[in-house]
Formats: sequence, C-alpha cells, structure tokens
Amino acid sequence: MSFDVDVGLRRGDAAIACRIEGDGLTVLFGPSGAGKTSVLNMVAGLISPDFGHVRVGGETLFDAATGLDLPPERRRAGYVFQEARLFPHKRVRANLLYGWRHGAGAVDVDETIALLGLAALLDRWPRTLSGGEARRVAIGRALLSNPRFLLLDEPLSSLDRARREEIMALIERLRDALGLPILLVTHDRDEAERLGKRIVEI
Amino acid sequence: MLTPEEWGIVALSLKVGGVAVAASLPPAFALAWLLARGRFPGKVLLDALVHLPLVVPPVVTGWLLLLAFAPAGPIGAWLQDWFGVSVLFRWTGAAIAAGVMALPLMVRAIRLSIEGVDRRLEQAARTLGAGRWRSFRTVTLPLSLPGVIAGVVLGFARALGEFGATITFVSNVPGETGTLPLAIYAALQTPGGEALVLRLAGISVLLSLVALIASELIARRAGRGLHVL
Repeated sequence: MSFDVDVGLRRGDAAIACRIEGDGLTVLFGPSGAGKTSVLNMVAGLISPDFGHVRVGGETLFDAATGLDLPPERRRAGYVFQEARLFPHKRVRANLLYGWRHGAGAVDVDETIALLGLAALLDRWPRTLSGGEARRVAIGRALLSNPRFLLLDEPLSSLDRARREEIMALIERLRDALGLPILLVTHDRDEAERLGKRIVEI
Repeated sequence: MLTPEEWGIVALSLKVGGVAVAASLPPAFALAWLLARGRFPGKVLLDALVHLPLVVPPVVTGWLLLLAFAPAGPIGAWLQDWFGVSVLFRWTGAAIAAGVMALPLMVRAIRLSIEGVDRRLEQAARTLGAGRWRSFRTVTLPLSLPGVIAGVVLGFARALGEFGATITFVSNVPGETGTLPLAIYAALQTPGGEALVLRLAGISVLLSLVALIASELIARRAGRGLHVL
C-alpha cells in the first residue's frame, strides 16, 4: 500500500501543488498557511483538486483526466483533524464506533482501546476530555473505521510536552505495526525529522 | 372546574395548534435547510416570501387564503374535485391559517440552529464512511434539535394565539373554528360574558406558560449532550 498523489489547486493568484509518492510515513512540512491541510482535504475528498490524481494502494480515488472523484465516505481515509472534531452529542464510546466497519482486516475494538489507553474514557462526553485525551479518541475513531490510509493534521500541536511524547510514540507504533501509508502534516522541523523517512516540503 | 363547553374550546385549540405545527414542521425544516445551506438565485426572494405572514396584516393573509381555498380558488377547486372536501368553516381551515402564521417563526428558529451546526463535524462523519443521509441523520439533525424544538414551541404558541387570519378565512364557528382567541372575542361581545372571558384568558396564559417551560427543559436536556433522538 502506498501513496501516489499529485494534486494542485488554484486559489486566485495563489496555487498549491504537491506530489507524494511512496509507502510508510510521509511528512508534509511547511509554514502555516502554505496549504498543507488543503492537501490532506484533497486526499480525503473534502475538496476537489483542480488537476492531478490521487491513488492509494493502486486504487484511484481522484483523477482529473477521467473525471473520477470518489466521495469522502468511499475513500476510507483515517483522517485525524487538527481539532479533534469529536461529535459533541455522542459519548466517547459512540464516537469511537461511529465509523466502525466489520469484515476482512477490520481492526479489533478492544485492542485499539487498549493501545490508545481509552478504556477509562468510554462513558465520558467529549467536552469533558483534555486536549490529549480528545486527540487519542480522534485517533482511535479514525483507526476503527478500518482505513486504507491515515491522514494526520498537526497531531502534536496544542499538547504539552508529556502528551506530545506520548502521541509521538503512538504514531511511531502505528507506523511500524499497521503498515498503512500515513500522511502527516506538521510545521515543526524536529517533529518532521524524527517521524518521517520521507519529508515533502510545501 | 371547566364546563364541557370550555373544555371543548380548549381541546379544539390544542387540536388546531397541534395539527398546524405538525403539518408545517416538514416544510419549515426544508425551507430552513434551503435558506441556511442553499446557494441559488432567488434566495432573497424566497426568504422574503417565507417571512411575509409575519409582517403582512393577518387579515390580508386570511383573505388570500380565502381566495386560494374558496370553491372557485386554485387550491379549493382542486380539493373539491379530487377529494370532495372544503376547508372553509372547518377546523382544518383554522389549522391551515394557524400553520401559515406559525411557519415563519419555525423557519427562523430552525434556520439559526442549522447555521449553528459545525460543518466540520459533518466532514468528519463523511470521512468515517457516512454518506450524506447518515451524516445528516446522525450529526446535523441531533445537533440542530434544540432549535427545532424552540421552533415547534414558538410555532405552537403562535398557532394557539392565531386570530386575524383565522376569523377572516374560516369565520368563528363554535365547536369547529372557535379556538380560544375567537371564543374570547365572542364572549367579549356578549353581555355578561366577562366571567367566561376571564377563565378562557387564564387558560390561554397557562397553556403558553406550560409550553415555554417544557421547551426550556427539553432544550436544557439537549444542551447537556444527552441523546434526545
């Protein structure tokens, strides 16, 4: 499974173009406002690129040449947004299971809960969670949707030092254990260099 | 405590108000959705048309309804041909008048709550595999529910108080279109009717109060993040 992404977007005078190829963890690095999140949104299907293509593991999700544009719900992206975006009207358990898919390769629920240390949070409401807890729930929710690839948007921002270390170690474990292609956005060079064997600057 | 005649007036009012709100809720939600999310030419015009019953004198609204639903009117003729019914001088006509008058208030409340739903949560639902309909049903609808409830209560209160459009459209037929405000007005015109006026007015205030408190409690419950759907 690997990314083959080559997308571009025109916004008035400005343009965003990005090319990502390869498996494992790719870090998308650049200053704020460079359009890193827009690239993730194009891969996830939340915005349509003006040109280019998005392929993951050989399957085409978007292709400007043929007009193919799969809706987000059929792309199986495990998207962890910069803000956790937990559903405020659902408890942690219901949030985790929102996108849970059965079938081949489906992730084990109990295992994921243990991996992320979420067992004690299951009956809580999202607004009672700390930033780090919410981030972990968001990661768990994305993993349990049995994704084909992961999109992580600034997963370490707005966390204190201890939490950063915890989430960083978790991402390294996911990278090594799951074998999913991961696209991670950051503006922090240390973070980029520690996590990614491949760094794409934008 | 109440005479059978008074009970009849209260029951009729509740029936007319309830049916009016129930019937106008689906179009109110659809209109609120269009106005909150839609981008189409003529949106300003649609917005103005929806709000018309709020600003036009109710007598005019009633008269326009009369033109439309009269046996020779466009809707009245159609009802007569297909179903052999007429809503004139009937409680169904009173419910139509109340529903039309309640519609703008319901659309306003629901539209505000739909606009308040964070669309980024809908995006999150989509990336988790939910199609448009599931995302609407499990995210947008529950999150806009407090506004829908507020709209229903406001609409119901407005429907209970409807007077001008109703009396113009379907007249005051005791037991059929004689809802609380119309009965109060009739009692005021009757010598020695002061006692009845007092009692009916008291009931009106009580009903409105109960509706408002109920909506407040439900909205608080929803605000706490409990499952209301």
